Amino acid sequence: MSSVAFVLIAVLTLAAALAAATLQKLMHATLSFALTFVGVAALFFLLGAEFVGLALIFVYIGAVAVLVVFTILLTRRDVGKDRGANWGGAFLAVAMFGGLTWAILKTQSVAIAAPHIRALTVRRIGEALMTSYVWPLQCVGLLLTAALIGALVLVMEEKQ
Amino acid sequence: MSWIIDHLWLIPAVPFAASLAILSLPNGRHRGAAALAIAGQIAALVLSFFAFLPTLQVSGFRAVQNFTWFTFGDHALRLGWLLDPLAAVMLTMITLVGLCIFIFSTGYMAGDRNFVRFFAYLSFFSGAMLGLVISNSLLLLFICWELVGLASYLLIGFWIERQSAAAAAKKAFITTRIGDMGFFLGLLWLYGRSGTLLFYDGGNGCLESAGLAMLGASAMAIALLIFCGAVGKSGQFPLHVWLPDAMEGPTPVSALIHAATMVAAGVFLVARVYPIFSLGAIDGVTSSLTVVVWIGVTTALMAALIAIAQADIKRILAYSTVSQLGLMMVSLGVGGVAAGMMHLLAHGFFKALLFLGAGSVIHGCHHEQDIRKMGGLRRLMPVTFSTYAIGMMALSGVPLFFSGGWTKEEILHVTARWPSSSLPYYFLLAGVVLTALYMTRQIIYVFFAHRRAASEHAHESPRVMTMPLIVLASCAILFSIVLTPAWPWLHGYLIDEPVHFEFARLIQPGLFLSLVLVGAGVALGIWMYRKAGTQDQQRPADTDPLEFAQPQLFRFLQNKMWIDELYGRTVIAFSWMSARLSDWMDRHFWDGLVRGVGAIGRLFGTFTASVDERGINPGVDETTVGTRGLGRLMSAAHSGQIQTYLGVIAIGALALLLFYAWLA
Amino acid sequence: MLQVVLIVSAALFSTGLLAALSRRHAIFILIGIEMMLGAANLNFIAFWRFSPQSQPPTGIMIAIFSIAIAAAEAAVGLALVIAVYRHYRTTNVDHLNQLKG
Repeated sequence: MSSVAFVLIAVLTLAAALAAATLQKLMHATLSFALTFVGVAALFFLLGAEFVGLALIFVYIGAVAVLVVFTILLTRRDVGKDRGANWGGAFLAVAMFGGLTWAILKTQSVAIAAPHIRALTVRRIGEALMTSYVWPLQCVGLLLTAALIGALVLVMEEKQ
Repeated sequence: MSWIIDHLWLIPAVPFAASLAILSLPNGRHRGAAALAIAGQIAALVLSFFAFLPTLQVSGFRAVQNFTWFTFGDHALRLGWLLDPLAAVMLTMITLVGLCIFIFSTGYMAGDRNFVRFFAYLSFFSGAMLGLVISNSLLLLFICWELVGLASYLLIGFWIERQSAAAAAKKAFITTRIGDMGFFLGLLWLYGRSGTLLFYDGGNGCLESAGLAMLGASAMAIALLIFCGAVGKSGQFPLHVWLPDAMEGPTPVSALIHAATMVAAGVFLVARVYPIFSLGAIDGVTSSLTVVVWIGVTTALMAALIAIAQADIKRILAYSTVSQLGLMMVSLGVGGVAAGMMHLLAHGFFKALLFLGAGSVIHGCHHEQDIRKMGGLRRLMPVTFSTYAIGMMALSGVPLFFSGGWTKEEILHVTARWPSSSLPYYFLLAGVVLTALYMTRQIIYVFFAHRRAASEHAHESPRVMTMPLIVLASCAILFSIVLTPAWPWLHGYLIDEPVHFEFARLIQPGLFLSLVLVGAGVALGIWMYRKAGTQDQQRPADTDPLEFAQPQLFRFLQNKMWIDELYGRTVIAFSWMSARLSDWMDRHFWDGLVRGVGAIGRLFGTFTASVDERGINPGVDETTVGTRGLGRLMSAAHSGQIQTYLGVIAIGALALLLFYAWLA
Repeated sequence: MLQVVLIVSAALFSTGLLAALSRRHAIFILIGIEMMLGAANLNFIAFWRFSPQSQPPTGIMIAIFSIAIAAAEAAVGLALVIAVYRHYRTTNVDHLNQLKG
């Protein structure tokens, strides 16, 4: 694994995330959000979880970001002025980052190098899904069904 | 024969039942009320007659029926009735005299509005008196004693509108109550010592030898306490003050209750419990009997003296009754029980006769009672006059044909032989003279002399009133047949002695002495009062001759020797003072205490209230305000802003994270 | 090496938090949440990579399910935003304060 690639991708991801958090224009922020996930997927690839990265691209960028765009388009009318910078939120976020970093650095057990691993095949994931994780799989299916129906119900026009 | 003994209780029960029946009648039914009362009395008379018969057959007859009233623990209270010669003669006298008086009353009270109530009370009294006579238990006797007292109170105050009648009834009741207190104490003491109140109980009664033996030294005290009751009821010396005032009642009441029967109950009581009085007698004398004698003598003499100066026709007769009762007490005291009882019976007849006669006079003179305003009724009311004269002679003690004479004779005879002292005998002799004197005075004022104001329009009373007078007068004369010393049948019957006729006994020295004394009395009376009611030298017409001669003496006697006033100054004043003291104590002291306790309670209440008001309430209020403030403060956290909530969650998560990291 | 990845993930998480707390538009809160979820996924994968392998690959599984659930939640959330917009005519969360008090 190359450190340079890692650093580059990490920087890209964080920059895009920051942009998504602070940009004024909604569309720009959304596209930055998509870009953030591209970076995250690349990180996944670097870490050897290719399948998950791909899934991330399909789901987040392909579905969620598009949904967000659609919703923004649907709720266009209200484009009032944003309030001033929320210093409380910023402070909290910084505090959170500081705390997490301190916790990570303090923990000795995570100061390790990457071990050598066997390549993860889709076959293995599939096998795992169908045997050990078959019940969670079914539940997730049910959950998705419920979410689908729920979303439909929520946006249905009320009968007059 | 035993039927009547088993059912002896019927004799008092029938008049009681008649009384109840009369009370249920409405107010206007005069004929019904009179009929019920008289029927009840006749039934009682017939039953008494049947009760009398068996006692004649056996000498020393005594039949007793006892029953248990109630039990408490292992004691039982037993009552019973008793039939013996004493009871039998009393029953007969009471029912016969009562019947005559009832019939008289139908005429006398004819115009009265409360006729029905009168006869109810009369029947009630009759039942109570009969019950008193036949009772075998001192307790039952006491119960009937009190009932008789109640009936007397009701009847004396019969005319409830009159203030004086109500006061007289109260006086009678309270005075006899004082006597009854002593009676009750004696009763309790007797029960305590002897364990039974039955007189005769197959050997265990309190008047039989076993019971008497248990009394021992307390017999005198018990006897004197019981005598207190007799003193009250029979109007003896200290407690005689109620009897003259009792004349406020209607005249038939005076005749029945205060002449013949109720006042005789005291004498009857002493005769009944005589064994207690005579326990341990030496030569027929005991201390309790001596007390009885002296009280009797005092009463007899005092009342006779007062009677001379009285102007009310009934008052004279009332004092006469008191005097005669004293005489009877003397007789009992000196040991002449039979003589005293015989005089009681005879007195019942002729005193009732005299009272009814007085009633007839009052009725004829249109309710005038002052003898100084009457006169010359001899021609206007002949029947009344002749019967009254017979009664007067019986009372004065004219011997031979008149019962009163023989009995008085007998009494003087036994008194003369009293070992303790001869004074009573001489006093009684003086009493005889005085009796004749005041009766003569009364007859002269009422029947002889010139007609004065009230007798102008007098007329003879109706037949319903004169018939009883005639009956009673006949009894007074005929009674003497069984009383003469020639054939002392009644004497023998009463004290269980054999009797035979002996003409010679008629002639006795005592008899002559009596004749002389009575004659002297009558003569003195005629001489003193021959010009009564008319102007005589310097004496004005309406002044009594004795008053003219001895004004101070007369006034002393006229005012009843100031005894009532003495009582008023001492006993009654003391009562008033105690009552006022008690009232003051109650009003200020006890009431103050109670109010003080109440004030303490109120103080606590005020204190608690102020604590509650100033302390607890504000505390609670402040807590509420604080809670509300706190709530308001806390609700500020619920801004409704999603991002606020999110921020708080983030802070919480951070804190948790740091905590765990620090722990590790 | 793992620490670095974790720090990156922590930074991503904080940024997501920042987005969720400081933006006014309702959709941006959802975006922020998605970013936080993504950071968490990164954490899981990093730990899977640097830990002894297990059969089945637990970290992968968690990540996969997490993505599925995040998708469902995003769908429902966006539907909610649309429904709220239709009712209140605003997506400004400052105005959606009916739970106040």
